[in-house]
Amino acid sequence: MSTDTRTMNMIEAINDAMDIMLDRDANVVVMGEDVGYFGGVFRATAGLQKKHGKTRVFDTPINECGIIGVAVGMGAYGLRPVPEIQFADYIYPGLDQLVSEAARLRYRSAGDYICPMTVRTPFGGGIFGGQTHSQSPESIMTHICGVKTVIPSNPRDAKGLLIAAIEDNDPVVFLEPKRIYNGPFSGYYDRPVEPWSKHAASAVPDGYYRTELGKAATVREGEGVTVLAYGTMVHVVKTIVEERGIDAEILDLRTLLPLDIEAIEASVKKTGRCLIVHEATRTSGFGAELAALVQERCFYHLEAPVERVTGFDTPYPHSLEWAYFPGPVRIATALEKIMKD
Amino acid sequence: MPETHRRPASNLPPLSLHIPEPRYRPGDTPDFGDIDIPAIEATPRPGEATKPDAMRELCYGLIRVLDFDGQAKGPWNPKLSTDRMRAMLRYMMLVRAFDARMFRAQRQGKTSFYMKSTGEEATSVASTMAIDRADMVFPSYRQQGILITREYPLIQMMNQIYSNRGDHLLGRQLPIMYSAPDYGFFSVSGNLATQYPQAVGWAMASASKGDSRIATVWCGEGSSAEGDFHSALTFATVYNAPVIFNVVNNQWAISSFSGFAGGERTTFAARAVGYGIAGLRVDGNDPLAVYAATQWAADRARTNNGPTLVEHFTYRSEGHSTSDDPSAYRPADEPTAWPFGDPIARLRQHLETLGEWDGARHEALAKELDDLVKTTQKQSEKLGILGHGMHQPFETMFEDVFEEMPWHLKEQCAQMLAEQTAKFGPDWKPE
Repeated sequence: MSTDTRTMNMIEAINDAMDIMLDRDANVVVMGEDVGYFGGVFRATAGLQKKHGKTRVFDTPINECGIIGVAVGMGAYGLRPVPEIQFADYIYPGLDQLVSEAARLRYRSAGDYICPMTVRTPFGGGIFGGQTHSQSPESIMTHICGVKTVIPSNPRDAKGLLIAAIEDNDPVVFLEPKRIYNGPFSGYYDRPVEPWSKHAASAVPDGYYRTELGKAATVREGEGVTVLAYGTMVHVVKTIVEERGIDAEILDLRTLLPLDIEAIEASVKKTGRCLIVHEATRTSGFGAELAALVQERCFYHLEAPVERVTGFDTPYPHSLEWAYFPGPVRIATALEKIMKD
Repeated sequence: MPETHRRPASNLPPLSLHIPEPRYRPGDTPDFGDIDIPAIEATPRPGEATKPDAMRELCYGLIRVLDFDGQAKGPWNPKLSTDRMRAMLRYMMLVRAFDARMFRAQRQGKTSFYMKSTGEEATSVASTMAIDRADMVFPSYRQQGILITREYPLIQMMNQIYSNRGDHLLGRQLPIMYSAPDYGFFSVSGNLATQYPQAVGWAMASASKGDSRIATVWCGEGSSAEGDFHSALTFATVYNAPVIFNVVNNQWAISSFSGFAGGERTTFAARAVGYGIAGLRVDGNDPLAVYAATQWAADRARTNNGPTLVEHFTYRSEGHSTSDDPSAYRPADEPTAWPFGDPIARLRQHLETLGEWDGARHEALAKELDDLVKTTQKQSEKLGILGHGMHQPFETMFEDVFEEMPWHLKEQCAQMLAEQTAKFGPDWKPE
C-alpha cells in the first residue's frame, strides 16, 4: 500500500477504486442507470466513461432484473462486472437474478461457472428519501446463500473493500451508506454536517490496495460493553459513546457475510456485554443473527442480555424520518440499560 | 476462468459492442430538422374495433391534429367545442403555474423534493378529459395534470408536498406521491412501472364484474424497460383487458436518452405489435391529438375490443426532478430546439386562430391562476412546511403497517413515545 494519501470523501474513494480496477483489469466493466456519461446520480462513476471508454463504463436500460442478469452472463464469459443499482430500494426487481442465479451459479454448476460480480448500491436513510429511497436491505442479502455482503463506513475502507470485492470470484453486494457519502454523521440531524476532511479515515492511500473482506475493524477499544455496528451507525454510536463517557468497544463489522466472528467473540468475552446497532428494521434484521451468534458463543461470559437498537418495523417515513432513525436517544437509552444490568 | 472466455483462433472479423449515444451533448448545437413529422392527413383513423394487425402503421406514424399554424384538421380532429378547449387550456396553464410555484418552494427549503411536468402538460390533461371521471388511473410520478384536471383540491396536493398536518398521507410519502381514491387516482409508488400490471388487474376485475369502467396507466419511455411493463402487456393481451397503456416518451430518463430503452430501433408504440394489441403513436405536445387518441382507446376498451398502448411523443423541457441538473448531459437549448413546440402555446394559438381567445384574456387567465396557486400556497403553508417543526403525531408512524397493530409494533411505539418525551419533554404536541 502506498504511504502517500489523498483526502477523499466516500464517493471519491469509491470512484477511485473503480478507476484503479478498470485500469488494472481489462475484464472489469461498470454499468448501471445514469452511470455512463452523467457519472451516476451520486457521482460515484464521474469521469470513468470518459477515461475508460463507452464499452467499459456504460448506461443501461431501467431494468434491474436485466442489469443483474446480464452481469451474470458477462461473468460467465469471463468479465468482472460492477453493476450499480441506483438505490438499494430498487434492487427488488433484480432479486430473482441475484437469489436464484448469481448466488447459486457456482454451486449448481459445481464450479463450471462463477459469478465474479460486485453489485454496488446506495442504501439507508437520513436524506428525506421517503420509503423508496431509504431502505436498508442488508439482511435480505445475508439470507441468500452464496452472496457476500459488504458495508464500508469511511473512505479508506470503502476503496480497499471495493477493490477486494471486485477481485473476489463470488458475487458481492456492496452497500454504500449514502448518508455518509459526504461526511460522517453524528446522529444529530440538527447540527452542521462535518466534512470527511476532518476525519482520519479520509486519508486514502494512493493506488491499489485491498481491505480484506470478512475482517471487522476496532473503531474504539473499551472494557465495559461491545457495540456491533456498520455503515452510518458506526459514527452515530461513536458520538454517543464519547459524549456519555462510556467505556465501550466499537466494532465496525465492514463485512456482514462472511462475518468476522473471531473479532466479535473476543470482544464480547472481554467486555461481557453486547449492544447491536443497525438502521434497518428490527424483526429478522441482521441484529437477530448477531444476537443469536453472541449467545451461542459467549453465553457464559455475558453479564447482561444482548440488546438491539434498530429502526422500527414500519416503512421508512418521510416527514418523521428523525423519529424513526435509531439516533442518540435510542442508543443512549440502550447503553444505559445494558450497563446497569 | 471458464472455457468460454478463451477466444477461439479464427479469422472472422471481431464483433463490436454498441453503446447508444444521444445525438447532442452539452456544447453541441441541437438540430432536429430531420425528425420525420408525417403530414396530418397521412395518419388514418381506423374504427375502434379494428384488429391490431390491420392497424400496425399507427405504431410507426404520428397522430396529429394541430398543425404548426394553429389549424385543427385531419381524420383525428376531435372537434371539441371552444368551451372544452378553453377548459383544456386552463387546466394545462394551472398545472404549469402549480409546478412553477412548488419547484420554487423546494428551492426555498420548504420541502425535500419536487418534479415538474413542463412541456408534457397535454399528455395528462387532455387524456384525462377524454376518459370518464369514473375510470381508474394508475399514474406514474409526473401526472399531476390528472389530479388537476379532475379538480382535486390544490391545497391537498400542496399539503402532501409539504408533509404538513393537512397531509392525509400523514407525511409518510415523498412529495408528489399522491393518493386520491375519490378521484380515481391510485397511490403513486416511488418504484418504476410497478403500476403497470396493477392497472391490468384492476381492468380485469372491472371486466369480470361486468362493470363499465376502464383503467389507464402511465410510465415513461425509460421505465418501459422494466419487466413490469412486459408482464402487464402479456396479461392484458391474454385477458383482453380494458386498459389504456400510456408511455410518455419525453426523450430523457434522468440522464439516459430514449436509446437506452430501445428507442434507437423502433417506436415505443410498436411494443404493442409483439403482444397483438393496438398501438397508437401521438404528438404529445398536441393536446387535441392526445385527446383524440385517448378517446379512441377508451372507446375500444369500453366496447370489449381490448387494450391499447399509446406512445405520447413529447419532450421533458426541464430536469427530471429538483435533484437533477440536465445541463450536465444535454445541451441547454435542446428544449427550445425540439420541433413540436409547447402544448400550451399551440392550443392558445389554435383558439386565437378561431377568434375564441386573445392575448389579453390569456394574460388575465395566467394571472388568475398564478394568484389562485399563490393564495392556496399561503393557506397550505399555515398548516406547516417540511423540516420546520414536526407536523404529525409520532404514533402515526406505526399505524397502517397492518389493519390491527401487532404486539411488537405496540412495544416499539411505546419506546418511540418515551424517546419523544426524552427529546421534547412530556407536553410536546405536533405543530
